[in-house]
Amino acid sequence: MLYRENGQFKSSYRSDQQIFPILQDRIAIGLLLAVAFVAIPLLSSEYLMRAIFVPFLILSLAALGLNILVGYCGQISLGTGAFMAIGAYAAYNFQARIPGMPLVFSLLLGGLCSTAVGVLFGIPSLRIKGLYLAVATLAAQFFTDWAFLRIKWFTNDSSSGSVSVAGLNVFGIPIESPVQKYLLCLGFLVVFALLAKNLVRGAIGREWMAIRDMDVAAAVIGIRPVYAKLTAFAVSSFIVGVAGGLWGFVHLGSWEPAAFNIDRSFQLLFMVIIGGLGSIMGSFFGAAFIVVLPIVLDGLPYWFGIPIDTALASHLTFMIFGALIVFFLIVEPHGIARLWSTAKEKLRLWPFPH
Amino acid sequence: MKFKSLALAATVTAVGLGALATAPAAFAQAKEQFFPLLAYRTGPYAPNGTPWANGKQDYIKMINARDGGINGVKITFEECETGYATDKGVECYERLKGRPGVTLIDPQATGITFALTDKVAADKIPLLTLGYGLSASQDGNVFKWNFPLMGSYWTAADMLIQHIGKKEGGLDKLKGKKIALVYHDSPFGKEPMPLLDERSKMHGFELQKIPVTAPGVEQKSAWLQVRQSKPDYVLLWGWGVMNSTALKEAQATGYPRDKMYGVWWAGAEPDVKDVGEGAKGYNALNLNTSGQSPKVIQDILKLVHDKGQGTGPKEEVGTVLYTRGLIIQMLGVEAVRRAQERYGKGKVMTGEQVRWGLENLALDQKKLDALGFSGVMRPLSTSCQDHMGSTWARVHTWDGAKWAFSSDWLQADEQIIKPMVTAAADKYAAEKKLTRRTPADCQS
Amino acid sequence: MGFFLETLFGGLMVGMLYSLIALGFVLIYKASGVFNFAQGAMVLFAALAMARFYEWFPKWFGFENKILANVLAFAGAVLVMVVVAWLIERLVLRKLVNQEHITLLMATLGITYFLEGFGQTLFGSDIYKIDIGMPKDPIFVLEGMFQGGVLINKEDLYAAAIAAVLVALLALFFQKTATGRALRAVADDHQAAQSIGIPLGRIWIIVWSVAGFVALVAGVIWGSKLGVQFSLSLVALKALPVVILGGLTSVPGAIIGGLIIGVGEKLSEIYIGPMFGGGIEIWFAYVLALVFLLFRPQGLFGEKIIDRV
Repeated sequence: MLYRENGQFKSSYRSDQQIFPILQDRIAIGLLLAVAFVAIPLLSSEYLMRAIFVPFLILSLAALGLNILVGYCGQISLGTGAFMAIGAYAAYNFQARIPGMPLVFSLLLGGLCSTAVGVLFGIPSLRIKGLYLAVATLAAQFFTDWAFLRIKWFTNDSSSGSVSVAGLNVFGIPIESPVQKYLLCLGFLVVFALLAKNLVRGAIGREWMAIRDMDVAAAVIGIRPVYAKLTAFAVSSFIVGVAGGLWGFVHLGSWEPAAFNIDRSFQLLFMVIIGGLGSIMGSFFGAAFIVVLPIVLDGLPYWFGIPIDTALASHLTFMIFGALIVFFLIVEPHGIARLWSTAKEKLRLWPFPH
Repeated sequence: MKFKSLALAATVTAVGLGALATAPAAFAQAKEQFFPLLAYRTGPYAPNGTPWANGKQDYIKMINARDGGINGVKITFEECETGYATDKGVECYERLKGRPGVTLIDPQATGITFALTDKVAADKIPLLTLGYGLSASQDGNVFKWNFPLMGSYWTAADMLIQHIGKKEGGLDKLKGKKIALVYHDSPFGKEPMPLLDERSKMHGFELQKIPVTAPGVEQKSAWLQVRQSKPDYVLLWGWGVMNSTALKEAQATGYPRDKMYGVWWAGAEPDVKDVGEGAKGYNALNLNTSGQSPKVIQDILKLVHDKGQGTGPKEEVGTVLYTRGLIIQMLGVEAVRRAQERYGKGKVMTGEQVRWGLENLALDQKKLDALGFSGVMRPLSTSCQDHMGSTWARVHTWDGAKWAFSSDWLQADEQIIKPMVTAAADKYAAEKKLTRRTPADCQS
Repeated sequence: MGFFLETLFGGLMVGMLYSLIALGFVLIYKASGVFNFAQGAMVLFAALAMARFYEWFPKWFGFENKILANVLAFAGAVLVMVVVAWLIERLVLRKLVNQEHITLLMATLGITYFLEGFGQTLFGSDIYKIDIGMPKDPIFVLEGMFQGGVLINKEDLYAAAIAAVLVALLALFFQKTATGRALRAVADDHQAAQSIGIPLGRIWIIVWSVAGFVALVAGVIWGSKLGVQFSLSLVALKALPVVILGGLTSVPGAIIGGLIIGVGEKLSEIYIGPMFGGGIEIWFAYVLALVFLLFRPQGLFGEKIIDRV
């Protein structure tokens, strides 16, 4: 009843090909953007912004990048933390060594450095497939872990290997308060989500999906696996690199290589799988779930007023987290995005049964 | 099928709503002094982090029970599990910093210290990093909010070299010797290197740096390298499970344990207990004594453990790291007491006021005796320029069953350290565009 | 030259231990098609069970004999691993039949988190001792040929011997017993095995129990060397290059791969490491495996991946 498209006729190819062809969808997205840009900064507390929204935005950007590689192109990568680290450290070097460098440029250049390394570590994917590739990408993860600890040039010769940034500003507007940080991340996320959505709707996205489904058949009909796989790695690493830069600069402020270790890679992979492989919406859902869950689990004993020892609380968090992951995979292996699209389908018919 | 999707949808919604509900309690007028206790009781560093955290909690409980608080102001605390991870540490800090009556933060980790150093200045909460953290933060003129009381990694490294020099018969006898630094590959492990490089240049010994990938559970190659180069001494800069593993590997490769010297974070019971006889002769620095005889430990046993309120097991009371936790908490409490002398006895102190208290601590032997800490640590007094307060430590040696002191009190050589600290602090100030504090600011 | 031999021996010994852990991965992959990321957590869980039972059984049942304590603790730990295997099969594997590889991988990651939390809740986060009477001091051989002799760690020698015995036992089990034959049938083709009446569920429980047993032996050996603590589960990360180098489906591959990675790691760290400031061994192992994979994408002894269009 609410979600029907009667009377919405398209009179040009352009309007037929838009991302949200149904008017109700466009209204919903408009409302969402209004809430995101206006309502949330005005209404939420500083803690909510700093601890939940900003990490959620940055990690959904990273999950978006990873989803392109794993969900759309089918190349399993366990080294995402490495690409985030490269983006962060490269952006730091550009920012620290070139006086007067605008923040946005540093982040984008950091992303480009991450692209270069991503393509390099993507070359094995031309030969190696499946689980073997997954473990091989761990080489990238451990190599960057080591490189940023050992090669002093990357950390601007700091004696301890940890770096920090301060005084961020975008074209003169300072990025100090949580609201400003939130708006910066939101801006990046919206732009990149739009770019990613258009990429996966286009020819290159279809090439990726063909490689994912049956790469030999794709090669037979003329899709070049080299081009498709390497561009997937390139685009994915770029987005993940920018996300890494944002994570270091905006969320952490000061970081060491351990901030981008293998736990981060697993966390991103969880987000993509639970959110839904091969779905842009899925990246957001997954990021929301994984960011919020540990905080809720940590706070649960206090809400119920049960004083339990922090070690036990932390172990319980681990256990419940693991159990929920398994539960999710059993109940909905295609992720929250599948739940969402099922809900939308049901909504199209509502209140009729069929 | 339907039930499952319903259950799933319910879980997702609950998680979503839960996010909005986890904001901390609204700001209320502070009636109690609140200590956020960042700790790690899980993960590879838990064996060492747990007694430290237990010491802090027990001291608070004892002060509340024995004295009724600090001049009548009760102390409350909340522990937050960080797992030694920087991002969880920052998240704990953000969650707890807004509580009324928040006093100070002891992150128990060098990585978290680095991350919080920039934030605490804006949030006006002092950072107490006893014996760890940024070595340059000794300079209070630049690092207004950091307090590396009783020592930093540079003073530790300095004292170890002095002790080794004494053993050799003089620092000039170190020429041509080889000293290997087996370190935890993280900011914590790399921090002593500038000072060791400086000393190596001064005295002509060769410094070999052997990293151990965190968390240090696999060290065979490191110790094979030690066997290959046969250094005269090995300095162990580890934490958590890396320490006991290092001693086990040293035994397995036959490196004499009595030539090994650990920093004060590598010389406690969890590190040597299960190696037992195999660690006999291993030496480490220690900032404090251990044992159950000091009066403060007796008070804790009587007023906290005997009443069943003890945080950890009774056998742990009086161990090296437990006692260090006691000292850290005691310094925090004394800082509040000192601040109350200026800003109002019996009132709850703000972070800024506690910072002043930390900067004007004057704990002489008499005061320490009154607190029950006689013989546990040396007197300490801080100032605007000097946020360290005391630069003394001793070496103790494991005899297979217990620790016993094997050296006199050593003091770090300020002649070498002070210029390094000033230079590093200046570099930090230039990077962050800060200026040195004025004398007027020191009085505020 | 003497030191080179020492490094070589050390690498071979460590390689044997990696092979033990890799064996667990290979067994499970062969029989149930799951890449069990939880193997490291299983090693830790098993070792924790053994260490704590060794402490607790004498107290609960009131005896002093250390050997009896060890034997009972081992038996207790085996029982615990069988229960874990049964639970995993019932609660996780049965529900995820026929899902994609990556889903199963993520499920085992979830199991890892669960086991790590549960293990520490039940058994604690301190460092615990496993004392099976292994000698701790090194021996020196060939003292005539090389100055100072070549150092061989006695504990490592014993561990390698135990690992070799275990592999031999497993080989016997697979070749000579009926259950072993059934396991091989399942590894070949699930559907064909089911069609001749082999109960898939029971086979999976057996395989996961055997993998649990292998994890226990690996855990006891590593734990005896390094002490048992949470960080032990990270050792599994060092065994992953062994698995992909040798091939996910090959037991001899796990052993040869283990030896290659062990030797490669140690030699690279000692001889190439100092040029780069050290600490290179973990990524070197992965890069080594990666290079091998470029020439043989299915690992040294793995099954060739056949793509059907």
